[in-house]
Amino acid sequence: MTVQILGTGCAKCQKLYNAAAQAVAASGVTAEIEKIEDLQQIVAMGVMLTPALAIDGQVKSSGKLLTPAEIGDLLRG
Amino acid sequence: MPPNATITVEHVCSHAHTYDTTSRDLAARATLGALLALGAWLLLYRNLPRLARWGSVEVLGCDPRTQLGTAVEFLAYEVPKVLLLLGLVVFVVGVIRSYCSPHRTRELLVGRREAVGNVLAAGLGVVTPFCSCSAVPLFLGFVEAGVPLGVTFSFLISAPMVNEVALVLLLGLFGWRVALLYLSTGLLLAMLAGWVIGRLRLEHWVEPWVYAVQLGEAAADQRWSWPQRLAAGRAAVREIVGRVWPYVLAGIAVGAGIHGYVPDGVLAAVMGREAWWSVPLAVLLGVPMYSNAAGIIPIVEALLGKGAALGTVLAFMMAVIALSLPEAIILRKVLQPKLIATFFGVVASGILLVGWLFNLLF
Repeated sequence: MTVQILGTGCAKCQKLYNAAAQAVAASGVTAEIEKIEDLQQIVAMGVMLTPALAIDGQVKSSGKLLTPAEIGDLLRG
Repeated sequence: MPPNATITVEHVCSHAHTYDTTSRDLAARATLGALLALGAWLLLYRNLPRLARWGSVEVLGCDPRTQLGTAVEFLAYEVPKVLLLLGLVVFVVGVIRSYCSPHRTRELLVGRREAVGNVLAAGLGVVTPFCSCSAVPLFLGFVEAGVPLGVTFSFLISAPMVNEVALVLLLGLFGWRVALLYLSTGLLLAMLAGWVIGRLRLEHWVEPWVYAVQLGEAAADQRWSWPQRLAAGRAAVREIVGRVWPYVLAGIAVGAGIHGYVPDGVLAAVMGREAWWSVPLAVLLGVPMYSNAAGIIPIVEALLGKGAALGTVLAFMMAVIALSLPEAIILRKVLQPKLIATFFGVVASGILLVGWLFNLLF
């Protein structure tokens, strides 16, 4: 499983990345976390509001700073 | 309450609707909770003057006849007042925003004639959720859908400049007239600046790759239930009020503090309405500065309190919020420097006119 954090590198994107790392560690799921900072790729995934979170290429949330608990729910999804 | 009646009937009649009933039950409960909170809000708000007096005189033991006593009572009244107003408005806007995704905004703007599009875009900029780091992906999404360049700019100008936090703070600290002036001139400026940029036909100054971008199939906008919308409102209150309260405190404390210590009218000569050049100076100073609406309020409070003219201060505030160096750097990814310069030039000229107009009128 790959958790993708989409954002151009603002403070909120970094916070979302940290929250995702926490959620992955807490859930025990084996997943790698990937940062997507390339604008064309972000837009190609249909995202207009950053930070966004996708799992295996599927956008789950955009424009929101999710908590680790919320990300955990998405991981178990 | 009619929904309740339906629930009971359905409850008795059919078990097939159990799921529906619980979700409606939840909705009713969430609404009830919101109404109760509103009641408590009203009660608190209406009794605030009495509470503030009681708090400062009885609890803190301040003598209302001394200067310190009045200052404490002023703080004890103004701080909760502005925070209460902020909480209510941010909550309502948070709920409204759950109805406005950028995808929906984009749909609304595609294929509009320019003038109509500019007006609509400026209005939608106020309610579409948007943080400054999303400016570029939003720009790409809009342009890709065929929203005209000028209309896109109207949106990008109004979104940061006209927002609920600025309005509530202006309302709470300077009264509804200043707040309304800010709202209407901000919207007007976004419409006109976007319209002018559209008229200039500058599409060739957008980086060419922008037009090759394809917005992916969006994950369907998530469907919100009513309790989720109310929860979004509560989350907005937590996030925004949690971030902004120190500025509110600073703004009001500055207002309370400087009355006694800095002579009134000390700025009147430099930033008064007689000094026409103070408006361009305020814009020049404001453009490179970067702050959100809340951060600038303490400065606005100090300037106005010491005799600076309203138009000059509004121009300064708009220049700080609407235009900034970091924004130019972010936009550089999609716009050529010439277009960024034009954008800043047009908006700055508009702000200049707003400043002069207000100094003339008030």
